[in-house]
Amino acid sequence: MVKKIDTTKGLPDPSEVMDEILGKYPTKIAKKRKKSLVINDPEGKKEIQANVRTIPGIITQRGCTYAGCKGVILGPTRDVINLVHGPIGCSFYAWLTRRNQTRVPEGGDNFINYCFSTDIQDSNIVFGGEAKLKDAVREAFEMFHPKAIGIFSTCPVGLIGDDVHAISREMKAELGINIFGFSCEGYRGVSQSAGHHIANNGIFKHVVGNNNRDRIGKFQINLLGEYNIGGDAFELERLFDEAGITLLSTFSGNSTLKSMEYSHTADLNLVMCHRSINYIAEMMEEKYGVPWIKISFIGAEGTAKALRKTAGYFDDPELTAKVEEIIEREMKKVNAVKNTVKPKTEGKLAMMFVGGSRAHHYQDLFREIGVTTVSAGYEFAHRDDYEGRDVIPSIKIDADTRNIENLTIEKDVELYRDDLAAKKKQLLKDGYNFSDYEGMMPEMTKNSLVIDDINHWEAEKLIEYYKPDVFCAGIKEKYIVQKAGIPLKQLHSYDYGGPYAGFEGAVNFYLEMERMLGTQIWKMVDTPWKTEPEIVGSFAINE
Amino acid sequence: MRKIAIYGKGGIGKSTTTQNTVAGLVEAGKKIMVVGCDPKADSTRLLLGGLAQKTVLDTLREEGEDVDLDDIVLPGYGGVRCVESGGPEPGVGCAGRGIITSINMLEQLGAWDEKYAIDYTFYDVLGDVVCGGFAMPIREGKAEEIYIVVSGEMMAMYAANNICKGIRKYAQNGVVRLGGLICNSRNVDHESAMIEELAKKLGTQMLHFIPRDNVVQRAEIHRKTVIEYEPEHEQADEYRKLSVAIDQNKMFIIPTPLEIEDLEKLLIDFGIDS
Repeated sequence: MVKKIDTTKGLPDPSEVMDEILGKYPTKIAKKRKKSLVINDPEGKKEIQANVRTIPGIITQRGCTYAGCKGVILGPTRDVINLVHGPIGCSFYAWLTRRNQTRVPEGGDNFINYCFSTDIQDSNIVFGGEAKLKDAVREAFEMFHPKAIGIFSTCPVGLIGDDVHAISREMKAELGINIFGFSCEGYRGVSQSAGHHIANNGIFKHVVGNNNRDRIGKFQINLLGEYNIGGDAFELERLFDEAGITLLSTFSGNSTLKSMEYSHTADLNLVMCHRSINYIAEMMEEKYGVPWIKISFIGAEGTAKALRKTAGYFDDPELTAKVEEIIEREMKKVNAVKNTVKPKTEGKLAMMFVGGSRAHHYQDLFREIGVTTVSAGYEFAHRDDYEGRDVIPSIKIDADTRNIENLTIEKDVELYRDDLAAKKKQLLKDGYNFSDYEGMMPEMTKNSLVIDDINHWEAEKLIEYYKPDVFCAGIKEKYIVQKAGIPLKQLHSYDYGGPYAGFEGAVNFYLEMERMLGTQIWKMVDTPWKTEPEIVGSFAINE
Repeated sequence: MRKIAIYGKGGIGKSTTTQNTVAGLVEAGKKIMVVGCDPKADSTRLLLGGLAQKTVLDTLREEGEDVDLDDIVLPGYGGVRCVESGGPEPGVGCAGRGIITSINMLEQLGAWDEKYAIDYTFYDVLGDVVCGGFAMPIREGKAEEIYIVVSGEMMAMYAANNICKGIRKYAQNGVVRLGGLICNSRNVDHESAMIEELAKKLGTQMLHFIPRDNVVQRAEIHRKTVIEYEPEHEQADEYRKLSVAIDQNKMFIIPTPLEIEDLEKLLIDFGIDS
């Protein structure tokens, strides 16, 4: 049995292992990495370096700008054709392997299982790919008659200067459907985060506000930054539905383009993944006066809190009663499972390095079953996702950030919701928090190790040090970690499981952890060369 | 076979100088191939008597993979084998990538097959080296000797110095060397002495000083080299001298580019300012 670290008196100070990790780097790199490794102190505010370029040569977890724009934000919307302008590989590898699910009504469009690409070749690079792009748009239109087409630029497109925006305008006029382009070339930012911002800008400019339809519900909301992986959004839709809250649109799990067009008629925006979608939340408030709150539906307690906060905003006795009824009923079911699982999982240790909010939210789920997160970090988050939004004014705006357009938003005089702005003002006085996110670090234990943009070297050393019982990350880390004898849960695709959001999701996750944490299978797997030599050789010594 | 690339600032007279020099070598009985590496495709106009050439990239685009060498190599003045690699319209696509594609295509098609017994290949390359694609002729040993066309004007010398930086970069891991500067006179004061000095500082030589003469323009209007248009003219002899100098050149070096301050000082020292 491996000897685990003693956590009975709190987490040990990991300075030693941190020094060992940094000691391996050349001086300049050690100096840079040191700023991204922080020993947490929930009381004292500590600064972490995030959203800066990965050091070349280090194996990073990060993805590219195109992946963030096309894959994460626009990918899960079922009735828009996402046309990738570029060589075929970029498209194939973005073929929605994240397991975003969608529920198509009878006769509705669903292009999620398709993969659209202009498949540009050498001669398109030399002579420009604009003609081929136009042909591809026309072809897609003739075959599928979609309501909209989004065009996504890959790296070579940016280098040869194809103007995807001009072509979008031209094709929009020719075909009479909404067509919009994204300059989301892979190299545009330090990670996929740049792609999220570019996607937010594009959707806000070309989609949001296109349909000012009348109200259909008493309490209208949008759910932002929920991508319906493994059916998460379905579980939340079930809860909203029962409570009588009208979910206009989700950005972008199980969504339609049409729903985004009227999303500005909502009364409130709920933000799940702050990193990927806060831009739209902010812009929608500036232009239409729709306030936003940060919530998390990961974890049963978080779900209850989020539902109560939503009901609190609308301040309607009937809604509040209904929400309380749901919470009471669901928590009973949740607690029944929790009580059988927790004794088996209590005291176990977890590490998680994933996303721009998942590494934070999933700590809540683990906490509910008595699992301590010893070390965590994001792939592509910014400082505010670690330290809270109040650090935003002090974040240094570097050249990489300036490279991404920042839209100037003006108030829509006709549609601006003065009533909501007034409501917000009143609620603020009563201590209700808006537009606020405190980040991951204040909620983590003292001495836990927070790491931005972790790499394989650091992950391996930390596994040796903490000997965690479970490691949460993505497919790029999965097999390395499992070879170290530790089970790995993918929090990008959920492996084959889910949903993990909401109450039913929490139950699913508890049971999944009971299974994963209970198994010894990964510790039984051993390297074959330990028992059987791979190569047999002999020395020949010349006397 | 000697493989030569001609570089220099845009508009300096690279194509004119190359084609006239080639004509001189042809008179001396050499077998030559000229590869134009400029999307404008005007590097072989004087040898072909006009822009009748279909470029490699156009052919590739229209015919697909099925391209014959005869579709893209045309015989010009004195049997010179002329190729234009071509490229996209200004402002679209990637001309540099076009050069790479086109030279690879020529190699695949056997443009340098022994049966053609080529003595010289000249690559005539667009303006300043703007990206990796335009450096193609000096990478991977495509060209082994570089001549830079220059004049006494500051920007021409500045470009020559920049090109030397490119040559040095590739020379360190490859076979390419600088063969010398060719001064195409713009009637700048003390021009010859100044280019001699620039050449010395770069570690090379001024191979030849071509005086300015309007016969060059007259011949160009008639789509001919001077050697073909007015073989008896003394300007024709200048190009003959240059072709002999290239033929007999033995000085191949890795250049030592100047700092910008040194380059400016050179101009001042030679009295451009006085």
